[in-house]
Amino acid sequence: MTDEMTEEGGTVKRFLYVNRRAPYGSIYALESLEVVLIGAAFEQDVSMVFIDDGVYELKKGQDTKAIDMKNFSPTYRALEMYDVEKLYADKESMDARGLTEDDLVVPVEVLSTEELANLMEEQDVVLSF
Amino acid sequence: MKFGIQVNEGPYQHQASDTAYQFTKAALEKGHEVFRVFFYHDGVNNGTRLTTPPQDDRNIVNRWSELAEKYDLDLVVCVAAAQRRGIVDDDEAKRQGKDATNIAPRFRISGLGQLIEAGIQSDRLVVFGD
Amino acid sequence: MLHTVNKSPFEKNSLDSCLRLAKKGSSILLIEDGVYAAMKGTAVMEKVSAAMQDKKVYALGPDLKARGLDESQVIDGIGVVDYGGFVDLAAASDKVQSWL
Repeated sequence: MTDEMTEEGGTVKRFLYVNRRAPYGSIYALESLEVVLIGAAFEQDVSMVFIDDGVYELKKGQDTKAIDMKNFSPTYRALEMYDVEKLYADKESMDARGLTEDDLVVPVEVLSTEELANLMEEQDVVLSF
Repeated sequence: MKFGIQVNEGPYQHQASDTAYQFTKAALEKGHEVFRVFFYHDGVNNGTRLTTPPQDDRNIVNRWSELAEKYDLDLVVCVAAAQRRGIVDDDEAKRQGKDATNIAPRFRISGLGQLIEAGIQSDRLVVFGD
Repeated sequence: MLHTVNKSPFEKNSLDSCLRLAKKGSSILLIEDGVYAAMKGTAVMEKVSAAMQDKKVYALGPDLKARGLDESQVIDGIGVVDYGGFVDLAAASDKVQSWL
């Protein structure tokens, strides 16, 4: 793997953010998204994968009024403005949960186990939350 | 090898901070460099100086401060996560109008960019969480 | 890649997800409560043994000892390492992924 350079001559690494938790039951989904947004300024090659309950983070129709928590699902739609466009969901996790791409709040690439395993292996840095 | 360490959980509640500490110490003793230890989520709670753990058990906060002192380690507590959880240094106290500070020695509060930078600058980023 | 699994296979599906998505030739290190998966005679022994056909599996010795797990009862072929060994594994792989 060769090191890419940013326009200013800095290193560009392939950053992978692994999301495996449901939203609202814990803060991991929200705070990991905050890392992605702040991290966008560093112009790295960012991918986000949603595995296990992480696929629930992307579910449409989240209405958090009655639990009095901030609904942060719209933020996933803002990711492309930050040049974070490589979003992947694990097919097996979606199938197990009865979710299809139509249920999701943003377009993602749905990957098979083998495709996802290959994608993860190609990264330089893996962040888990 | 240059390591970056991410700690996602607070002291005592989970083993993450302990394992991170033991890994970091082992890496340093082997002569590796630890670029930064970044505390995120409840991990920021490793940075309060106000803990009084039982005398017959390890003092997690002090252990980090002492390791930092010995090896000049950069212990960074994420500002956004710290604000949510009440870890405060002098600058934050002034900025947010708080009447106290509680940051432990050798820890500093800074932005999430420090974590990304650790990912870029380190050869290996190792995450400890739950 | 070095994969770490820190939760018990009976508590969370982290081990399952790791084994499903770790590629042939990877190393897997069981730490903290994850070490329970290293023991003979459990419901996950077959799954772990199967993974060992094309991946290397290790367990963190200090975590085994802490939990009263006898090293001689670890599944054959699982390497028991200490924190120094954990560091070595991280250095020897190209990156580390933590399955929390």
